[in-house]
Amino acid sequence: MTNHTAIAASTGPALEFKPKSSGLIPRGLTLSAVIIIIAMLAVILLNVLHGGLGTISWEFLSKPPEHGMEAGGIFPAIFGTVFLVLLMVLTGVPVGVLTAVYLHEYTSPTSRTTRIIRTAINNLAGVPSIVFGLFGLGFFIGFIGHGIDTTLLGAEKPVWGQPAIIWAALTLALLTLPVVIVSTEEALRAIPRELKDASYALGATKLQTIIRIIIPQALPGIFTGAILAISRGAGEVAPIMFTGAAYYLPYLPKALNDQFMELGYHVYVMSTQSPDIEKTKPILYGTVLVLLVLTFLLNFVAILIRSKIRSRRISV
Amino acid sequence: MFDAELEANKLEAASRVHPPRQAGRVKIEIHDLNFFYGQSQALHQVSLNIEENRVTAFIGPSGCGKSTFLRALNRMNETIPGTRREGTVKLDGVDIYREIRDVSTVRTRVGMVFQKSNPFPKSIFDNVAYGLRVNGIKDKQIIGEAVEDTLKRAFLWDEVKDKLNNSAYMLSGGQQQRLCIARALAVRPEVLLMDEPASALDPISTAKIEDLIAELKRQYTIVIVTHNMQQAARISDYTAFFYEGYMVEFGETPKIFTKPDKKQTEDYVTGRFG
Repeated sequence: MTNHTAIAASTGPALEFKPKSSGLIPRGLTLSAVIIIIAMLAVILLNVLHGGLGTISWEFLSKPPEHGMEAGGIFPAIFGTVFLVLLMVLTGVPVGVLTAVYLHEYTSPTSRTTRIIRTAINNLAGVPSIVFGLFGLGFFIGFIGHGIDTTLLGAEKPVWGQPAIIWAALTLALLTLPVVIVSTEEALRAIPRELKDASYALGATKLQTIIRIIIPQALPGIFTGAILAISRGAGEVAPIMFTGAAYYLPYLPKALNDQFMELGYHVYVMSTQSPDIEKTKPILYGTVLVLLVLTFLLNFVAILIRSKIRSRRISV
Repeated sequence: MFDAELEANKLEAASRVHPPRQAGRVKIEIHDLNFFYGQSQALHQVSLNIEENRVTAFIGPSGCGKSTFLRALNRMNETIPGTRREGTVKLDGVDIYREIRDVSTVRTRVGMVFQKSNPFPKSIFDNVAYGLRVNGIKDKQIIGEAVEDTLKRAFLWDEVKDKLNNSAYMLSGGQQQRLCIARALAVRPEVLLMDEPASALDPISTAKIEDLIAELKRQYTIVIVTHNMQQAARISDYTAFFYEGYMVEFGETPKIFTKPDKKQTEDYVTGRFG
């Protein structure tokens, strides 16, 4: 210490350092940002709980809407939401995983093609959800569905060329694809090269290595992608309003080309189309609460499965 | 210090009992091998014969190309994009690059053990069975017998026979590396390439690996890359010294460590540089 001062003094005029501030201002600033966020979340949750908790009953959860949605329950919407989200995960996650595997295992990360594909994926994540809805209507229903009807079935009335749960699920899958791809790629990147080398050195092909080593190792990351996709996809209204969600249906969807009711869309319908907003308000709150809880539940199940995989597979 | 080490190496090499050496049968014949990572050349015109049922050691400072050379012997270098190779590598007289179409065949005949033990995140049993399974063997009985036989050969059976279904990560570092050796042996290779197999292990585990190598030599041709000069002196019959992508000198191990022909080799084995 004394040496240090001595050197400083010997090489020039004395230096006067400014005293440091206590750091209270940046700390206070960042803390207040956190408080604002927490408070907002608390207000939303408390408001929903306060308004909706009274409506929740077994009747509400198990019965279809009655009297122009002013009474009855929301069972068809719960059923439709779960069905929709499962279809979305089952169609979207495999495509996302395959895309990530292609990008990470079959192309060089610095190549032009890879960069273009990656940019495209990032742009996909930035597209407004209503655009996905319109795309789903035009592409899945107008082009694919209609194409199946006219060329394969020769049907006179639309069978697939109409709004249906499969088209809504595919539209949502497309919307959530980027998060699946990104989290899968992260998981792939974390796999040590030594493991792949060991597999190749035993005579395994690339495909065998992908199936037996890489995918099992990346599974938790893939589930993280699925969890994020559920969080993003469940409750999206815009992509499904043209592609399959119904205002009111007296029956549950039984086939992939049936329409369906969905909680988020039900909230939208009740809050904008209801003849008597005041009367439907408790149902509206109840529906929002159910939507929130359902999304948490679906996430929770996925997290449970992921931790099960993690504990079975001991990490490196 | 250096002289003491040289003396130690000399003693090491001299104290070993060498079997009367007839010219062994050539197992791998490398001719004029060049290797490139992109534009930079990692190996220059390396030619070398590796004899059957002998231990051949590659020594040299980091980045001298010895690992690259090792990986050229089972075509593992092909997994790295942007690399290029010239020259021939013949296994039993057959060019592994041009005349053996299926790279799996090369890699099952020429097995490999890596520097860092790298068991799969699977059970001990599944680790050893992996090579058999990916090569199309499905019969459970055959696999079971092969796993036991292989673990015995790697002197690991007694330590793991009661916990074959435990994760390989439950084993100690030295056991993991011997498991990796067992895993490589399971597909019944003829040659075993070892890339600094003991560099991350404690002395006792290292000694076990070295004993194992001495034992395996009876049935396999072994090529080992090592940073540890005493180790090379202890376990190898032949030693090749690499420097900056060139193979400077190759010969019987005692000769390389006691009276090498090249000054560079002498400087390296005596610890004057590297």
